[in-house]
Amino acid sequence: MGKPIIQIRNLMKSYKLGGETIHALNNVSIEIESGDFLAIIGPSGSGKSTLMNMIGCLDRPQSGTYLLDGKDIGKMNDNQLAVIRNQKIGFIFQNFNLLTKLSALENVELPLLYAGIPTKERRERSIESLDKVGLKERARNLPTQLSGGQQQRVAIARALAGNPSILLADEPTGALDSKTSQEILFLMKELNELGHTIILITHDLMIAKQANRMVSIQDGQLQENGGELFGNFAIY
Amino acid sequence: MGILQSIKMALRSIMGNKLRSALTMLGMIIGVSSVIILVSIAEGSAQNVTSQINQLGTNLLTINTFGTDVALSDGKIDELSKLNGVKAVAPVIQGRVNVKKDRTASQVSLTGTNAAYSTVRDVLVSQGRFITDLDIEYRQKIAVIGADTAATFFGMENPVGQYLQIEGTSFKVVGVLASKGSSLGQSGDNVVIVPLSTGQRLVKSTTINQVFLQGKSENQMDFVMNEVEIKMASFFPSKSDSYSVMNQKDLMDTMSSVSNTMTMMLGGIASISLLVGGIGIMNIMLVSVSERTKEIGIRKAIGAKRRDVLLQFLIEAVVLSGVGGIIGILAGIGLGEILSSLLSLTVSFTSTVILSSFLFSLAVGVIFGVFPANKASKLNPIQALRYE
Ligand SMILES: Nc1ncnc2c1ncn2[C@@H]1O[C@H](COP(=O)(O)OP(=O)(O)OP(=O)(O)O)[C@@H](O)[C@H]1O
Ligand SMILES: [Mg+2]
Repeated sequence: MGKPIIQIRNLMKSYKLGGETIHALNNVSIEIESGDFLAIIGPSGSGKSTLMNMIGCLDRPQSGTYLLDGKDIGKMNDNQLAVIRNQKIGFIFQNFNLLTKLSALENVELPLLYAGIPTKERRERSIESLDKVGLKERARNLPTQLSGGQQQRVAIARALAGNPSILLADEPTGALDSKTSQEILFLMKELNELGHTIILITHDLMIAKQANRMVSIQDGQLQENGGELFGNFAIY
Repeated sequence: MGILQSIKMALRSIMGNKLRSALTMLGMIIGVSSVIILVSIAEGSAQNVTSQINQLGTNLLTINTFGTDVALSDGKIDELSKLNGVKAVAPVIQGRVNVKKDRTASQVSLTGTNAAYSTVRDVLVSQGRFITDLDIEYRQKIAVIGADTAATFFGMENPVGQYLQIEGTSFKVVGVLASKGSSLGQSGDNVVIVPLSTGQRLVKSTTINQVFLQGKSENQMDFVMNEVEIKMASFFPSKSDSYSVMNQKDLMDTMSSVSNTMTMMLGGIASISLLVGGIGIMNIMLVSVSERTKEIGIRKAIGAKRRDVLLQFLIEAVVLSGVGGIIGILAGIGLGEILSSLLSLTVSFTSTVILSSFLFSLAVGVIFGVFPANKASKLNPIQALRYE
């Protein structure tokens, strides 16, 4: 494995609801190395998505530091964050989040469009990306004409199109049956082998186990998974 | 992202929602086309008036009096005609009369005048002859009729030598005027001209309220006008409010101020519908922003900057209003042409009106698109992604 691509120190994120303060992330510290395949596991409401948004630069830390490729995310403005999301991060969501009015190919083209890649190159790279997930033949289809697993593949192709170093997947198999889930997981493993750093959020232990490394989160606090904690998560 | 890509994207989302886009554009279409139709009709009639006034020639003076106590008697008219530089004088009496022939009846405007009228007002006779001074002396029951009047009562026949009933009295038609066209919706061709003396009897009044004077030459007109004003002041001392002496330029100014007011008023009314169209666009864009919150969240997660989202929605609004504007222009020109041929109105489509109403519609798109677009661009991506 390589050098740390993500360095998070004492990260805090809290929401105020009425008089109550919810610590969605409570003093979280973690380093993730380039090329790693990390699973984050935890019960509902534990702060997984909040951490994911933070890592994905959709949000800024309230306190603590987050260095991505050595750059301090907390000090960046909205535009700079948009550029980082565009170039370094690929999101894969539980409910795919494809634009329903656009074809598979057009969806995959979107990140390249925002990156300002000229039409011809954009098209070539998007088709290549669709080819990687095995859906080159369905490029002209609308998301509604594809199965759930195929839609998630398109979403993965979209995440891949800009060739980002990090792929963030928030419960990517949550809406899929177990066979399709396994196919998606294989695909992610392949991508990991190609050098992408993958961070996978799940509350399914069987899925988490397939990663190289697993951490758990509970009530906003992160723990590296040791053998004894392992058992506690069997219930999820 | 480039502007071209943004425009393509906006077009896609407009095409993706055809009915809604069409309804949104309808406001713009109605607004722009009504501006074009109304302003073009107003301008058309203004042009018509101007060209008619120009036809009168530049050495024409018009005296108008108001009320019976400043009536111009024969003697006074005679004195005016003897002024230096005055070539001819045509007193005029006007009214509306019922004209009948067999089963056809119609209201026609009547002018009673003398032989000089034809040179002073530059009216030409296409058939027959004009009134002569002898006709006046002998109170002849003869009439010269306008081209439209001739068509109404005689169709394709030659009216000269035939008879018309004017207010129950039989008049012999001796001539037909050449067509002059219409102005401000009033036909200049639906008239009967009779000898002054006969006309006075027909409208049951001897009071002459209008006199046309023709000067000998164009460059003497200021001098003649001055003379006439002095003469009028001596006729009617301390009654200068009860009459007016106008030269052709005054007439032109009056008419153009009337038609300008009309153009502005019609344009203003139509602009309100443009404004309403703009509000319609804003309304739809706001709905579209909240409908597409999730989409905005996805785009932002993928790397869309604030500017990209702002442009996308702004361009959508501008494309909607611009395309609406273009359709509106075409519809306006089409309907204007149809109206002009149906109602025989003169319409004049100036490039100024067309260009400015198009630019105005684009501006409406920008102005009313900014607010929703700004709202969209400011959405927090995390919250937008959660939105269902
Ligand atoms: N915008 C918000 N406003 C208030 N509280 C929030 C907000 N977003 C998240 N939270 C709270 O923060 C905590 C962590 O939420 P988060 O979405 O990260 O959970 P999660 O681990 O992803 O859960 P799940 O597995 O159900 O997706 C929860 O208690 C949640 O109620
Ligand atoms: Mg979650």
